[in-house]
Amino acid sequence: MDLIRRNVLRSAGTGGALAAMLAAGILKPTAVLAAEWNKNAFEAKDSAGAVKALGAANAGDNKDLSMTAPEIAENGAVVPIEVVSKIPGTTSISILVDKNPFPLSASFDFAEGGVPEVAVRLKLSQTSLVKAIAKTADGKFYTVQKEVKVTVGGCGG
Amino acid sequence: MADPMKIRAQMKGDICDIKILMSHPMETGQRKDSDGKVVPAHFIQSLSVDLNGKTVISGQTGTSISRNPVFGFKVKGAKAGDKVTVNWLDNKGDKRTDEATVS
Repeated sequence: MDLIRRNVLRSAGTGGALAAMLAAGILKPTAVLAAEWNKNAFEAKDSAGAVKALGAANAGDNKDLSMTAPEIAENGAVVPIEVVSKIPGTTSISILVDKNPFPLSASFDFAEGGVPEVAVRLKLSQTSLVKAIAKTADGKFYTVQKEVKVTVGGCGG
Repeated sequence: MADPMKIRAQMKGDICDIKILMSHPMETGQRKDSDGKVVPAHFIQSLSVDLNGKTVISGQTGTSISRNPVFGFKVKGAKAGDKVTVNWLDNKGDKRTDEATVS
C-alpha cells in the first residue's frame, strides 16, 4: 500500500518540476524546437541518406500531396517550388533536391493553425528530381516528386 | 545584424496568407571567391512563424534555399489586427525577429 502511494507521489513530484521549469522559461518550447537542427538529415550527401535520416524510407504515394515546380528553370539559383498537402493530419513537409551536394533543402513543422502548404525558392545545382515528403500525425510518410530541368546551375556562379 | 525581413500577412477568406522575404546571403560553402578560396557556409538553419505569440509553423533549412529566401505560408484562425512574428537563426548564431500585423 505504502509503496504505491510513494510512487504516485514521486511521479507527481517530477511532473511538477517540469511544469515549474516550463513556467520559469528554462524549457521554452519554441527555443527547444529551433535548436534541434537535424544535422544528420541536412548533412547527408545523397538523397537516400537524407530520406533515411528523416525516417521516411518507406514513404508511399498519395494524390492529396502535390507539388508545383517549373519544368524548366532558366536560373538554377532561384527555382520556385510550392508543396501542398491535403492529407488529413499532415504535421510536416520536407523538400529535397536529389542532385544537390546536400539534398535536404528544408523541413517544416505545422502546429495547430498552420496550413500544410509552403512556397520556397531553391537552388538547383543541375537538372534534378525535386521531392517532397509529408509526414502525418500517425507517423506515416508520403512522397511526390517532379523533375526540374536547369539550364544554368545555381552553384559555383 | 542582418537587414529587417519584409513580412506581409493578408487575410484571404478565412486563411491568412503570409509572405516573408529574408535578407541573407545563404552561402553554401561550395562557392569559391575570386582568389579561389572557398567561401564558408553561412545560411539560415531554422525559422519560426508565430501568430499572437504561439508558434504555428517552424522550419529547418539547409544550404539549398536561395539567397534572400522567400517563404510563403498559410495560417488558419487568424483575423485582421493579429500579430505575426517571424524568427530566424543561422549557422553563425546570427538571428533576427520581425513583426507584422495581419491586414
